[in-house]
Amino acid sequence: MKHGSFFWFVLPSVILMILFIALPIVSVVTQSLYTQHEQVIVTVENCGPFGCTEAQSVDQEATQALRDAQPLGKFAGLDVYKDRNHLAITDVARAWENSDSFRGFWNTLMNLPFYGALSFTLTYTAIVTPMTILLGFAVAIAVNSVARSLRGPTIFFSLLPMIVTPLVGALILFWMVDARGILGTGLQWLANDPTLSVKASTPMMWIMLMVYGTWSSIPFAFIVYYAGLQTVNQDTLEAAMIDGASRWERIRYVVIPHLAPLTTFIALIQLMDNFRVFEPIISFQAQAHARSLSIAIFTDLGGETRLLSSAAATSVLTIVFVAILLSPVLVRTWRDFGTSK
Amino acid sequence: MSTATQRPLNVRFLATSFLVLWLILAAFPFLWTVWGSFKVEGDFFSKADWANSMFGTLTQAETGGAFTGAGYFGAWIQEEFWRAALNTTIVCFFVVTISLTCGTLAAYALSRSTYRYAFWLLLFALIFRATPPIILVSGYLLPFFEWNLWGHLSTTIIVLVAINQPFTLWMLHSFFKNIPKDLDESAMVDGCTRFQAFRHVIIPIMWPGVITTGLFSFLLAYNDFAVTQMLLSKENQTVVPKLFSFLGTTQTKGNVMFAVAAVVSITAPLFVMIVFFQRQIVSGLTAGAVKG
Repeated sequence: MKHGSFFWFVLPSVILMILFIALPIVSVVTQSLYTQHEQVIVTVENCGPFGCTEAQSVDQEATQALRDAQPLGKFAGLDVYKDRNHLAITDVARAWENSDSFRGFWNTLMNLPFYGALSFTLTYTAIVTPMTILLGFAVAIAVNSVARSLRGPTIFFSLLPMIVTPLVGALILFWMVDARGILGTGLQWLANDPTLSVKASTPMMWIMLMVYGTWSSIPFAFIVYYAGLQTVNQDTLEAAMIDGASRWERIRYVVIPHLAPLTTFIALIQLMDNFRVFEPIISFQAQAHARSLSIAIFTDLGGETRLLSSAAATSVLTIVFVAILLSPVLVRTWRDFGTSK
Repeated sequence: MSTATQRPLNVRFLATSFLVLWLILAAFPFLWTVWGSFKVEGDFFSKADWANSMFGTLTQAETGGAFTGAGYFGAWIQEEFWRAALNTTIVCFFVVTISLTCGTLAAYALSRSTYRYAFWLLLFALIFRATPPIILVSGYLLPFFEWNLWGHLSTTIIVLVAINQPFTLWMLHSFFKNIPKDLDESAMVDGCTRFQAFRHVIIPIMWPGVITTGLFSFLLAYNDFAVTQMLLSKENQTVVPKLFSFLGTTQTKGNVMFAVAAVVSITAPLFVMIVFFQRQIVSGLTAGAVKG
């Protein structure tokens, strides 16, 4: 295709992506280097019958004027990154010196907002992604080996957890595990503890969030694997069988290698989606027990005072982690393209 | 059936019971919530006896019937959920049309270009696809406030279109790759310009791919929470942020049933969509994977 016509064809799409994806990223990076203006303090002398006192008060008008004149705030360099809500360099250093065991250091670290959010996000991603792949594969194998009449309904109902709005799907589960809901009551009965409440316990909350994450993405892995299973070479399977391969050996040496490229694809999509885990935490009202990086940004942006700089710094750190996460894939895609030319 | 695909009885039994278990896990929460949405709060959350939620004992006592539409009335009429539904319709319609228009043009060009920059564009789209939307939102807020763009439906539509673009590009790219190059190239040999070849040769045969991509664009716009919650003013809210606002005010009795009714109302269109477009959704999910 000629350069000229290519340019006109991609122009609208590229303009949109530059304006609303690339520039906001630049704007986030800039914002993270600035911090909000401090309030303008004026000293007022109050003279009364008993002498004069000096009082300090906030000059609201001047503060507002200053903030309006420079909406970005004042330049702070990397200060926002170093503060307690982000990398917390001084706190980490102090904790490292003061704690006598690694465990103590770890506990202090997890109580710092950024490291707490990071550890939840990474744990969530590291557990939900393989669980999704394993269970999705199991469902696909099972669907493939039952009668055809069951396949249609399976695909239909399986699509539900994935297609439904994440906020809604998580809410539905949350209401069911509520202490007064059917699953919550069932858990209390199983554990023989009438006071058991998922909402009140951090480990239970983490488990529920991961159960939701797995539940809502199994369908995706299942559908992709199921489509892949339809293209397994039947002759190879039969040949393996004639050579005496058992059922398991056929799965292990014929089916799994055939599905390997699909696993890479599912893992890539799941890593990207799990790393941004956001809606379930809102639905489960779990901010007290589990905060992800997205939640940290969302909390900074909401509320009375919008902490734009703090949100921006967390955003930049998140982008760095996304880049690290994606780097193997990017390098591989780049190399593949290089060899294919 | 060939001998390789025949299964012994115990394997088949195991597979079937596993599947039935998965089906229950996948479908039961939805059926349960739909059933419960026609009850009063005391039955939906039945502390005393779980059987209440099946038979609606308290609903019977409070309203005189086994089912009540009070939750739906409260949500749709009293809390004006219909306004949010209208906003969602507008947002989804425009997001899908604009996304597809820009997306088909660009994806077609990408699938026909052999230069290196086409590859770079796709790679950047992949990086953009991985960026969590909430990060972009934190970049929008300040400029949108400064330029008075915040709160309008049109701003949200454009933002959602842009966030959709990377995904749309990748999906349509893989569809266009499957349309043989010879088709449009022979049209160009016959004297068509590139755009005429696209208009008269590609457009008539691209609809299956475009419909599938459109479904996913719709889902992205319909299911979004981060962008719509942060960028829309209260009166312009779409259904998902509206539902979120119900959650904040669940202290008073009965309000939680508004949220339950809203949840069912949000799920219903998606359910209908799966009924009609199951094949397209499945083909869309596998398009990138099986071929790529």
